[in-house]
Amino acid sequence: MSEFGVGVRCRSSVSEFDSLMKTAFLVLAPALFAMTLTAQQAPDRSRPPQPGPPPALHLPSIQKLKLSNGLPVWIVELHEVPVAQVNLVVFSGTANDPPGKYGAASLAAAMLEEGAGSRSALQIADAVDYLGADLGTATTSDLSAIRLHVPVARLADALPIMADVALRPTFPKDELERQRQQRLTGLLQGRDDPPTISSVAFSRILYGKGHRYGTPQMGTAETIKTFTSDDLRGFYTAAFRPGNAVLLAVGDITAAQAMPLFEKSFGAWKGAAAGAPETLPAAAEPPARTVYLIDKPGAAQSQIRIGRVGVPRSTADFFPIQVLNTILGGSFSSRLNNNLREVHGYTYGAASSFDMRAGAGPFSASAGVQTDKTSDALKEFFIELNAILKPVPADELARAKNYVALRFPGAFETTSDISRRLEDALVYKLPDDYFAKYVQNIQAVTAADVQRVAQKYVTPDHVAVVVVGDQKVIEPGIRALNLGPVTVMTIDEVFGPKP
Amino acid sequence: MTRAAFLVLLALAAPTAAQTPAAPPKIELRYTQFTLPNGLRVILHEDHSVPMVSVNMWYHVGSARELPRRTGFAHLFEHLMFMGSGHVKPGEFDEWLEASGGDNNGSTENDRTNYWITVPANSLELALFLESDRMGYLLDSMTPKTVDAQRDVVKNERRQSYENRPYGMAEILIGEMLYPESHPYHWPVIGYMDDLTAASYDDVVAFFKKYYGPSNASLVVAGDLEGGAARALIEKYFGDVKPAEAPDPMTIPGVALKGVQKKTITDRVQLPRLYLAWLTPRHFSPGDAALDVVADILAGGKNSRLFKRLVYDMQIAQDVSASQGSQALSSSFQIVATPQPGHTVAELQKVIDEEIRRLQHEPPTSHELERSVNQIESSFYNRMERVGGFGGKADQLNAYYTATGDPDWFNEDLARYRALSVGDISATAWQFLPLDRRVELIVEPDQSKKP
Repeated sequence: MSEFGVGVRCRSSVSEFDSLMKTAFLVLAPALFAMTLTAQQAPDRSRPPQPGPPPALHLPSIQKLKLSNGLPVWIVELHEVPVAQVNLVVFSGTANDPPGKYGAASLAAAMLEEGAGSRSALQIADAVDYLGADLGTATTSDLSAIRLHVPVARLADALPIMADVALRPTFPKDELERQRQQRLTGLLQGRDDPPTISSVAFSRILYGKGHRYGTPQMGTAETIKTFTSDDLRGFYTAAFRPGNAVLLAVGDITAAQAMPLFEKSFGAWKGAAAGAPETLPAAAEPPARTVYLIDKPGAAQSQIRIGRVGVPRSTADFFPIQVLNTILGGSFSSRLNNNLREVHGYTYGAASSFDMRAGAGPFSASAGVQTDKTSDALKEFFIELNAILKPVPADELARAKNYVALRFPGAFETTSDISRRLEDALVYKLPDDYFAKYVQNIQAVTAADVQRVAQKYVTPDHVAVVVVGDQKVIEPGIRALNLGPVTVMTIDEVFGPKP
Repeated sequence: MTRAAFLVLLALAAPTAAQTPAAPPKIELRYTQFTLPNGLRVILHEDHSVPMVSVNMWYHVGSARELPRRTGFAHLFEHLMFMGSGHVKPGEFDEWLEASGGDNNGSTENDRTNYWITVPANSLELALFLESDRMGYLLDSMTPKTVDAQRDVVKNERRQSYENRPYGMAEILIGEMLYPESHPYHWPVIGYMDDLTAASYDDVVAFFKKYYGPSNASLVVAGDLEGGAARALIEKYFGDVKPAEAPDPMTIPGVALKGVQKKTITDRVQLPRLYLAWLTPRHFSPGDAALDVVADILAGGKNSRLFKRLVYDMQIAQDVSASQGSQALSSSFQIVATPQPGHTVAELQKVIDEEIRRLQHEPPTSHELERSVNQIESSFYNRMERVGGFGGKADQLNAYYTATGDPDWFNEDLARYRALSVGDISATAWQFLPLDRRVELIVEPDQSKKP
């Protein structure tokens, strides 16, 4: 197809946007170029040009409406491009999987498109594709979503299909068997990929078998084999109801045009009475540092992941943690990336993240490093994890705060961007002034705050260290570091027996 | 708008005759264009939807210009462009941009290298200062040590993205099998390890002087800017970059496959995988757009012919994909499929060949064609939503300008698809996807290392 992106080799795979960062509507004052410049004027290259005046905050209104059945509708008008993004967000996700049925939420969401109303899976796909629309389902720990992106001229034709998928799924048995086999084979293929192995192992080590966060969203081969259409219908019925959902619409629409369309497609939806909300068990306290080594014979790199149970999205330390993570491993100039990539050349990129959910998600620092530098790289990881416990210099703190705060508006550029920010606001019940106060809350973070949260959550002596690599080459060097007990895990222990 | 597209819209409008949907508006990107005395071509585009601005530079050089024993050099060079320049110490490029709330990145392909910086609108001047300093003064701060440091990083990029990735070496091998050694698409953009080891500081100096002059580049500045002020800043910062002779244009060597090129390799994977590849027309030339539609009809969506048969009905494949990889000197069309456990690539290949033959001999339905063209049309609108980054509007303007000389070539591009008939699709499949002249690569699980 088009050449954009064909054969792209970026200089960096470090995430350009920390997905944890929650963003705000913010519009800069019109760019000021006070001086009149001429072509003849030679530039002063002795120091970098200073930015113009600081941005002024501008919050476009979110129109908060309701359908006749009580389903809340949030609308944001964005008229630059003739497209619309419509998301039905349901406040139940994989964290609500019943014990023993891990993977039900994810499979139930995937099955919505496999038959709905009077339409078959193929008819749904054909109708959506013919309209030039994208319709997809998604699940995270805390939500299930049906997301439609469509040229606005075809919105009226696409909504009835979306409504069938959301409100009238049929969970056909033969489609379930197809989905089951696809998922089992996908799990089998996960064993090939070192980043996948390390991520699955890390979650299991941190949370164990009994906590939902210790098992992949999709579940295990064991659970995937057991699901029946009734299991999925059961999850669907409890989760998908107007009292547990919100419809979000962003794009080249007005409330006056769109509300009658939404009413027609979603206004008659009646759901079951509210079920009891699931509560996740508390995760165990981080034990003393332990190394877990998973053999991947012949691997050209070792995949390293170090961390512990971190914080929930509701943490009072949210803003200091954004700044801490930016300094540690959340930006290109971060300490981990600078040390492991730019100074030592051990890796193509090193990063850290705090994955925040309704419950405490993991904090991790990770990189793929060349096999013969595995123990050297581990040593550098711990140098940085210990160094971040000390006070952060003022210029480094200021740079991190500006990085997080000033690029804020860029996260609200597209219809999809805005819809995701609104999903977060809804799912995590962020206060109404959350976006308005985001920048000032970031700018208020002090060096003492960063040090406090680093000491509280980074704890280099109480972390799990997962290394997926060529055991016979890397084990002696890892043991010589004396980081703690070394446990050798097999891939079967990570994924369960092969499906 | 062409007549064919009008008919498509009527068809769409039919089910909701009560309200006639408006025809999708014409895509139009307003821009201004000028050339600096040193030869740098500049395109400006205003979009005030968010207070950000993107500086997007394309150098018209990629791995196709590399010398023997120096594969991977264009990409290694790209990495060096972030390591500081005459007035910017190592590390400051990223530190200053981050302190302003900016992001940046770059990428290398066979025929071009691109760089983008996205900053809040009040830091446009900083972005132009940095972009111009590395164009004018890169060598002032370049040292052999800098080259060594990024050499190690790039080797790790190769390990991460190819050697340690399941099936990662297949892509490299396909290029080698499609193109003869004399063709610049024979070797991979990432390069061979020995050549990366051999790259020297002197190579950097020579490459910069030959390919990184202002007349071998084009600059797009797009976003929340005011045209006159932006132009003045661009003239100020790029005006002191010295001109350099533009390199001779690339000649386009003709290539053709003789017969079937077959190979089987092993990898540390659970399942085998089949790759079929053909040499196809270069970007924007006759056949290129039709091959995008062929790819859609074969493997785009659940109702596509290969997906429906292999994955949906027979359930012998885990996945199947098809794509036309359009590039400046030559393109390639690929079909990739992975069998379900217990099935073989031979079973998949039999069905794939049946479906290619069928498409070659009888035209697709008009519904299949319209479904594909409608999706392509939507993708043009979706591509208007973001200004910066890879594939944003700034990058697209530069891509069209580079390929056609017209930055706003969106409608002309879309018209290529709207003009297609069902007969064009089968004729194209017949002409460009011969079953007896192609690459057939099979990746088999390495039983000795299977965990």
